[in-house]
Amino acid sequence: MAEMNGNGNNLARASRNLLGDIGLPTVIIAVFWVLTLVAGHFVGISMSTLVSDTIKRAGMNGILVLAMVPAIQSGTGPNFALPIGIVCGLLGLVTAIEMDLTGMTWLLTSFALALPLAAAVGYGYGKLMNAVKGSEMTIATYTGFSIVALMCLAWLMIPFRNPKMGWFIGKGLRETIQLDAVGGAQILNNFLLFTVGDVIVPTGLLLTFAFFAFLVWLFFRSKLGIAISAGGINPKFAQAAGLNIDRNRVLANVVSTILGAIGIIVYSQSYGYAQLYTAPLMMAFPAVAAILIGGATASRAKVSHVVIGVVLFQGLLTTALPVANEIFVGTDLSEIMRMIIQNGIILYALTQVKRGVQ
Amino acid sequence: MSDSLLQFRNISKSYYGNSVLANINFDVRKGEIHALIGENGAGKSTLMNILFGMPVITGTGGYEGDVLIDGEKISFKSPHEAMYAGIGMVHQEFMLIPGYSITENIKINREITTPNPVSRIFGKRLETLDMASMNADARKALDKLDMNIEEFTQVAGLPVGHMQFVEIAREIDKTGIKILVFDEPTAVLTESEAQNLLAAVKRLAAKGIGIIFISHRLDEIISVADRVTILRDGELVATKDIKDTNAVEIAALMIGRKVAIDRVQSDRRRISDEIILSLKDLHVGMPGEMVRGIDLDIRKGEIVGIGGLAGQGKLGIANGIMGTYPARGDVVFNGKPMILGDPRAAMASGMGFVSEDRKGVGLLLNESIELNIAFTAMQVGNKFLKQGGPFRFQDDDGIRKHALKMIKDLDIRCESPVQHAGSLSGGNQQKVCVARALTQDPVFLFVSEPTRGIDIGAKKLILDLLLKLNEEEGMTIVMTSSELAELRSICDRIVIVCEGKVEGVLPPDASDAEFGLMMSGSRGGKTEDSPERSADHG
Repeated sequence: MAEMNGNGNNLARASRNLLGDIGLPTVIIAVFWVLTLVAGHFVGISMSTLVSDTIKRAGMNGILVLAMVPAIQSGTGPNFALPIGIVCGLLGLVTAIEMDLTGMTWLLTSFALALPLAAAVGYGYGKLMNAVKGSEMTIATYTGFSIVALMCLAWLMIPFRNPKMGWFIGKGLRETIQLDAVGGAQILNNFLLFTVGDVIVPTGLLLTFAFFAFLVWLFFRSKLGIAISAGGINPKFAQAAGLNIDRNRVLANVVSTILGAIGIIVYSQSYGYAQLYTAPLMMAFPAVAAILIGGATASRAKVSHVVIGVVLFQGLLTTALPVANEIFVGTDLSEIMRMIIQNGIILYALTQVKRGVQ
Repeated sequence: MSDSLLQFRNISKSYYGNSVLANINFDVRKGEIHALIGENGAGKSTLMNILFGMPVITGTGGYEGDVLIDGEKISFKSPHEAMYAGIGMVHQEFMLIPGYSITENIKINREITTPNPVSRIFGKRLETLDMASMNADARKALDKLDMNIEEFTQVAGLPVGHMQFVEIAREIDKTGIKILVFDEPTAVLTESEAQNLLAAVKRLAAKGIGIIFISHRLDEIISVADRVTILRDGELVATKDIKDTNAVEIAALMIGRKVAIDRVQSDRRRISDEIILSLKDLHVGMPGEMVRGIDLDIRKGEIVGIGGLAGQGKLGIANGIMGTYPARGDVVFNGKPMILGDPRAAMASGMGFVSEDRKGVGLLLNESIELNIAFTAMQVGNKFLKQGGPFRFQDDDGIRKHALKMIKDLDIRCESPVQHAGSLSGGNQQKVCVARALTQDPVFLFVSEPTRGIDIGAKKLILDLLLKLNEEEGMTIVMTSSELAELRSICDRIVIVCEGKVEGVLPPDASDAEFGLMMSGSRGGKTEDSPERSADHG
């Protein structure tokens, strides 16, 4: 009997721990997602389309969300300046187009060009974060905005001549560049693509995400990675242990910016278009929201939070939209609903930013 | 008892079942200066918090017993009520607004105002300030203190001593002030400023105000007070007339014999004559624990205790040497001069540090015990690492093996090595901190406040552990602690730090009075003015 009680207690404790480990926001969003799925089923939306879209969108956003992990772990908070990494990636991408490359060569060259650029810019950004300790999140947000504004000029003035991305009249690059033209649209998605019933699985995209997720996971098990997280969790502890916290924060932001650059290239190829000008402006927010929903806090993030978060967030978005479209058919409400849902989730996630570890 | 202005009757207070005051009976007569003395944690602040109705008291279930003013039972709900009843306090840290004039500071929130057309419509808050009468009032208060400074001078830029007087002037300007509490008023003053202040305190008492004078400077108490009450561990030890007692007796009463931790001695100890660590004119800028020029030699194999009252700088020494706070001075360790401000170099040279701030500096509370133990050795000593491509990864097996050994050796009570350090009890957390320091194989160990917040049984275990390390590994240990009893139980000699300097060195079996006198800095009567101190606070 006593043993039974013991088991019962253990079970209760285990379930409590499980809830504590997952976190209430994650559970709430998950429940909400399931509800929209059920609603979607009743209004007659194809489940396989929803699942396919969810997988695809999770894969294409995954690396952008992954970019949050190093920044959070180092103590600078979520990387609200993700647009910095994004414009680096876009710059690599358009430069590779200008070099008239196509297909896989174009993709790999884009990575190769974006990487050193992002590293250099990330270094500067890391230095900036060290100079504004205590108000990183606000400064980061506006740094991101400023870079996007600055790049709006750059996209216009950049002396690229390739007709695949120029305006039909005048100078500068187009707002939206079709990647079909360079054979780059869905190039990763289509690698080893297969279908289960009606569900499409973009293997190459998922593998790329998995590969980078593994790299980040591995990085935080290295000596350097552990030092970076310790500085984020408890700077006083790290300082007493003789670590150079400032240097680690810079390094972490370099990694974060690089991931942002790679992330946007992967995103763009899946989307089929590269979006310049103001498109990157708000891109940090869905990424921040996703990782927070996944269970991260402003000072603690794991790769598992990225995976859970990006699936939930993108899943909810992809499901909620068609459902809203069906329910508010014939009105202009669907776009408004999209804004409300997306920003609602972001807002909710941001209220959780200071939530301590249970 | 009719002349008693203020009476505490059988006051007891406990925080969450932890008794901090027990059956205190204490009274202040009209025109009397009553000194209150006791070590840190003896209950002085709690007693004053009760008098002022501080939220920390009312919010934790109030207190037992009665407080009487002029024979009437009172119970203040907030410091505001206490203020209206004529009780004032002069704080150790000034609560003044630098950009305001002296008058404005004295009259703040009690301004004298005259109505004007706007205030007639919108209410009292918009009335015009009557600067003339305010200045007059301020002048009166300043005159009472014999202070001939202009009342319209800005507070910013005044010498520290004058700021203290402005603070007092504000209190005595309050109409009907009956009782004035001075909380370590001379702590930040130079010698001459302190003399002026004491004279002013006497003048105030002569005007019939009852004064509670909290201080740990025995010479001051002897020179200014009429009676003294000594608190120790939340109990009232004695109330004495100053003329019937002396500094030695007060010091002895203040220290007392605490729960004795038996002194363990063994003949296996080896103390060599070789000096392992030598400090010359060490200054450390640790806020609240300033070190202002320490000279000290520590021999190999010794256990040296560093004691003293809180805020006197004893904690700054280890922190300065280990690089957690900025420091300057000549430090020679093992024959080699040390570069201060570099924790990594200090640890690499064979020093270990168990910080006094266990939860802040000592542990990663939400990480596993094993990571906590291995962390520093991994980061500084490059232990527990495996090469994997360009990166070095943690060696999980090695860490686990070592952690299990430490858990067994130090008897850390835990469920498993992956349990979070934050979920352990205080004593076991401390052992994890010690385990981490030991993992770096130090030859020299700084341990600060090793038993703070730990129950008595666990205290003994920690102290035994330190003694064992010293015996078996020949490790030199410098233990900093506020608890004299524990310093006396294992140290070979005890260095008492007062006002950032070494006040003296005592053997562990020196008398209570000697310790008490030295801790209150009243040995040999200090006369020198220390201008640097006012600079620190100015």
